Amino acid sequence: MNWFIAFLGSSIGKKLMMALTGLCFCLFLSIHLIGNLTLYGGKAMFLSYVEHLHALGPLISVAEFGLLTFAIIHVSTGLILFWQNLQARPIRYKVSKRAGGRTIGSSTMPYTGVLILIFIVIHLLNFHFIDHSRQTVFQAMNYTFSALPYVIFYTSAVIVVAIHVSHGFWSLFQTLGANHTKYMPAIKGLGIILSVIFAAGFGFIPVYVGFIM
Amino acid sequence: MISKTINLTLKVWRQNREEKKGRLENYHAKDISVDMSFLEMIDVVNEDLTKNRKEPIAFDHDCREGICGMCGAVINGRVHGHEKETTLCQLHMRHFSDGDTIVIEPWRSRAFPLIKDLVVDRSALDRIIAAGGYISVNTGGAPDANGLPIAREVAETAFNAAACIGCGACVAACPNASAMLFVSAKVSHLALLPQGRPEAAKRVQAMVRLMDECGFGNCSNETECEAECPKGISILNIAWLNREFLKAEFS
Ligand code: HEM
Ligand code: SF4
Ligand code: FES
Repeated sequence: MNWFIAFLGSSIGKKLMMALTGLCFCLFLSIHLIGNLTLYGGKAMFLSYVEHLHALGPLISVAEFGLLTFAIIHVSTGLILFWQNLQARPIRYKVSKRAGGRTIGSSTMPYTGVLILIFIVIHLLNFHFIDHSRQTVFQAMNYTFSALPYVIFYTSAVIVVAIHVSHGFWSLFQTLGANHTKYMPAIKGLGIILSVIFAAGFGFIPVYVGFIM
Repeated sequence: MISKTINLTLKVWRQNREEKKGRLENYHAKDISVDMSFLEMIDVVNEDLTKNRKEPIAFDHDCREGICGMCGAVINGRVHGHEKETTLCQLHMRHFSDGDTIVIEPWRSRAFPLIKDLVVDRSALDRIIAAGGYISVNTGGAPDANGLPIAREVAETAFNAAACIGCGACVAACPNASAMLFVSAKVSHLALLPQGRPEAAKRVQAMVRLMDECGFGNCSNETECEAECPKGISILNIAWLNREFLKAEFS
């Protein structure tokens, strides 16, 4: 067991935790998005999706527990990495230029990460920690997105998620050691496509509910 | 033929051994031939400083032909200057224009303590090599040249990794001051070849552990190292390093 703790504490061990939990979040977001798309089928279809989801009962609790655990691991490890990386260069350069490696996504990982965390808390307060006996999720959503600031906030937040994923997706494969001259261009492309799908798919829902529906 | 000359303003990081803090100081580099290398340009400035009884700028160098890995500084925010795959000694002044201001700073990393001016202590890289960046060959007769067949592509890939000159530019260029590109080049170079396999697991564990102890940052796959490495070492090596490490830890 000691070797395992030591492994998790190593630089590559910490990165592995980020990669595996990050991968799970990408999978979760994909499933979450597919579920949310039932909205475009109308109120009845959406509520039936919600009902079916909740009918899974204990499975849902297991998934929630898993996601919460992964979130704690991802956030705490991410913050430790961020802190250690700042410490690794106590004196900064007076002039510093990029050589073409960094992207908007890669250079903002900790910042987009913290923004996502704030968003997730607010999102759960809006839709999860509400009195479900007095309103359906659909009503809560209608109520939230009737306020323009909320529409703007949610749509911006998913764009932040997309920026995080634009680097995170290919990066997790590199961390797992799955970089190959033949496949990496496809993985990188898939990461960009995935982030655009997340941004457009989730981002349009508040606009649709608030203004079109 | 008299070559074209240019005049430059240098802002150079000056810091004595005893000083806790350094500063950028201004110098004029006059009548610099564009055929000179960056280091020769500093030589000219240093001649001048010496003549005027001032302390010359300390900088590391040795081969001056891009093979030893001793030279290196951050030039206007770019490691080894802005030219692709060049060491500082191979950066020529023709890449600068008359009247340019050039900011020159040392490698910045907690693991590379500053010695003086542009000279930093890179012995952390040597310690990582000493931890496992070798193969143990006990004495005996020289092996038969064709006794160990190695596929051409494998030999080429290992050779590309072996091109690392240990300059530390990857650390200097990394936003996290991580040494992963250097360590990965050394690990791949040996792990790809049959002679390196017997000790591969032990080697990668020892080298990564030592890298962590030296105070380098963690790799975030920013890929700035690959973009700045004078020897074009690929981040594919970092993926292989991760794989070797995971394999070693879980077996
Ligand atoms: C929707 C939620 C999220 C998803 C899909 C996600 C996904 C990912 C992925 C795939 C990676 C790449 C891992 C690797 O390079 O191996 C990553 C890295 C990172 N994430 Fe997240 N993440 C999410 C939320 C968060 C949150 C809430 C934080 C909070 C601080 C965070 C902070 C970070 C940091 C700092 C890194 C970079 C770690 C490093 O390479 O040094 N992420 N994320
Ligand atoms: S990997 Fe490249 S930049 Fe890093 S030490 Fe080796 S030669 Fe220098
Ligand atoms: S002085 Fe040897 S590589 Fe530049």
